[in-house]
Amino acid sequence: MFSVLIDQFWSLTIAGIALGFIYVLISLGYTMVYGVLRMINFANSEIFMWGTFGTVITSRDIFHYTQTSEPAKGAKLVLVLVSSLVMSMLVAGLTAIFVEFVAYRRLRMKGTNRLATLISAIGISIALQEIMRLLTHSRPVGAPRILEKIILTEIWGANIRLDTVITIIAAALIFFVLERFIKLSRMGKAIRAVSMNEDAAKLMGVNLNRVITTTFLVGGLATGAAGFFYITVFEYTKFNIGFTMGMAAFTAAVLGGIGNIRGAFFGGLSLGLLEVYASAVLGTQWKAVTVFIVLVLVLLFKPNGLFGEAVQTTRA
Amino acid sequence: MKIRNYWNLRDWGAGVWEQADRPKRIVIAVSAIILVGLLPFAGASFLATPIAAYDAVLVYPVGIFVLMALGLNIVVGKSGMLDLGYVAFFAIGAYTMALMGTLTGLNTWEIMPFGIAFSMLAGVLLGLPTLRLRGDYLAIVTLGFGEIVRLVVLNSTWSKGPNGIANIPMPPDIGPLKFKLDDQKVFFWVVVVMILLTIWMIRRLSVRRPGRAWEAIRQDEDAAELMGVPTLKYKIWSFTLGAAVGGAAGVLYGSKNLFIAPEMFTLNVSILILSCVVFGGIGNIWGVIVGATILGYLPDRIRFISDARLLVFGTVLVVVMNFRPDGLLPRKKREKAIVKKGVHA
Repeated sequence: MFSVLIDQFWSLTIAGIALGFIYVLISLGYTMVYGVLRMINFANSEIFMWGTFGTVITSRDIFHYTQTSEPAKGAKLVLVLVSSLVMSMLVAGLTAIFVEFVAYRRLRMKGTNRLATLISAIGISIALQEIMRLLTHSRPVGAPRILEKIILTEIWGANIRLDTVITIIAAALIFFVLERFIKLSRMGKAIRAVSMNEDAAKLMGVNLNRVITTTFLVGGLATGAAGFFYITVFEYTKFNIGFTMGMAAFTAAVLGGIGNIRGAFFGGLSLGLLEVYASAVLGTQWKAVTVFIVLVLVLLFKPNGLFGEAVQTTRA
Repeated sequence: MKIRNYWNLRDWGAGVWEQADRPKRIVIAVSAIILVGLLPFAGASFLATPIAAYDAVLVYPVGIFVLMALGLNIVVGKSGMLDLGYVAFFAIGAYTMALMGTLTGLNTWEIMPFGIAFSMLAGVLLGLPTLRLRGDYLAIVTLGFGEIVRLVVLNSTWSKGPNGIANIPMPPDIGPLKFKLDDQKVFFWVVVVMILLTIWMIRRLSVRRPGRAWEAIRQDEDAAELMGVPTLKYKIWSFTLGAAVGGAAGVLYGSKNLFIAPEMFTLNVSILILSCVVFGGIGNIWGVIVGATILGYLPDRIRFISDARLLVFGTVLVVVMNFRPDGLLPRKKREKAIVKKGVHA
């Protein structure tokens, strides 16, 4: 049973890290909003799904690639990839702002109960998913292969593929940039101030609405980037893919300690690895069960997740 | 001001009820029950559903949704715990019915206690380790539990995996009332009886010790604990009672549907039932009933716009929540939890 794991340990690990980085970016979407609003952004999975369509639209409708055309080369390859990534991030970022505007803003201004906001978010996520289902006629949409999956090198018997390498490096880079933005920029400081104490931040002159919209935007950008990497790895999308990925990413955020950016990072990576190892050892069908059992065990001993702070301590 | 009062259905209803004396109350209650009981005969009116059979719609989704929403309301509305895995108990009830109904000679009414017992057992088993968690952490754990139950059923051989279990026996006839596939009036009446029993249970519990404990826990758990309320015990009680109602609904659903498969027990059901609770008016039994009726009935009523009906459903959720954040029929003001502003615990 474990021989699979030992034989293919390194290739599994690399696949796990690549998947993990996709989760890291999506869980940023959850964790950012949670940090500021103390609210699960249920629509984040659909924001991710819309993000994947950003990439498909760019490569298919703007650069006119089809399933059968040759993968791009050289400068054009870079251009297509970068513009797909930017498009995905833009689509997802704008969707996130739209969600905030439609589902959250009014309820937040009224200061009503959290469940109403939760249901409102669920409503908008059903609507977003349905719009995409109607637009795509419930069919899966294949993405043209832009990036040839060349095997770069072999380390300890594991094939290192170009798309995995790009996914890992670029995702890590995007995460790093966003993390620096939260840590160092003026806006990032304001976001952290609001997440510490909303009222005090308001009294200090922080523009609450702008901070919250920015938070949604940043979360949406990260989630959209994840959509791009998802397409490069899996090469197809469908109106309902958001659910599984969103669920996993949300679990990752909780595992790491929701509301905490470092938590999203380690939570996402450990979830990616855990999923890949669990599928290898127990079979794909038990992947989700293993993940949830691990989550329950972690929460039993660390009720705030791996990196969550104790209640009422300040957050960085 | 006057128009506002006119639209305040909760106060209007409560006013009529409180001013009535005992005989009058009995008349109101009995006539309301009879009216509801006559609902399956109204199939030819504007209530008719275009594609699905009207009396079947009344049983599932409407009736079962109301029942489950009432059960979930004990957990979410009364004691304020966010449960996103309620479908698990529904599934446990349904699978108990399916397995025992096909493997043993027991009939639906004999299986019912088993279904309820197994769901309650699952409630305790899940509740003991996890109810120490709060808020969103509890939400994700219950959500995980719901998914685990579905995935275990999907991937096991005893449950026939994704193929599901067919040939589940119908309930035996009760005297002259016969259970039939093409005419589901009797099923509806059974659901109504179960709903009435649940309402009675909730109302009795609400004014007694558990109800007060739940109220205290919902408003401020720390304060409740400090005042000597054994919070974990009452949280598990509320969880388990909610599970029991879900299990009962599951048994009836399995017996009504004759066939069940794991795909019927996805997270969407949990979310839908939670929507029913919040949409109708969280914590208020009548609001929950109204919410579940509307949300169960609406998608079937608007089937003529077939493709966009879920889109409409989602939009309705957003719009209603934005304009009536406490639901269509909210609970009384004094019962609302004190909102602590600026304190994020």
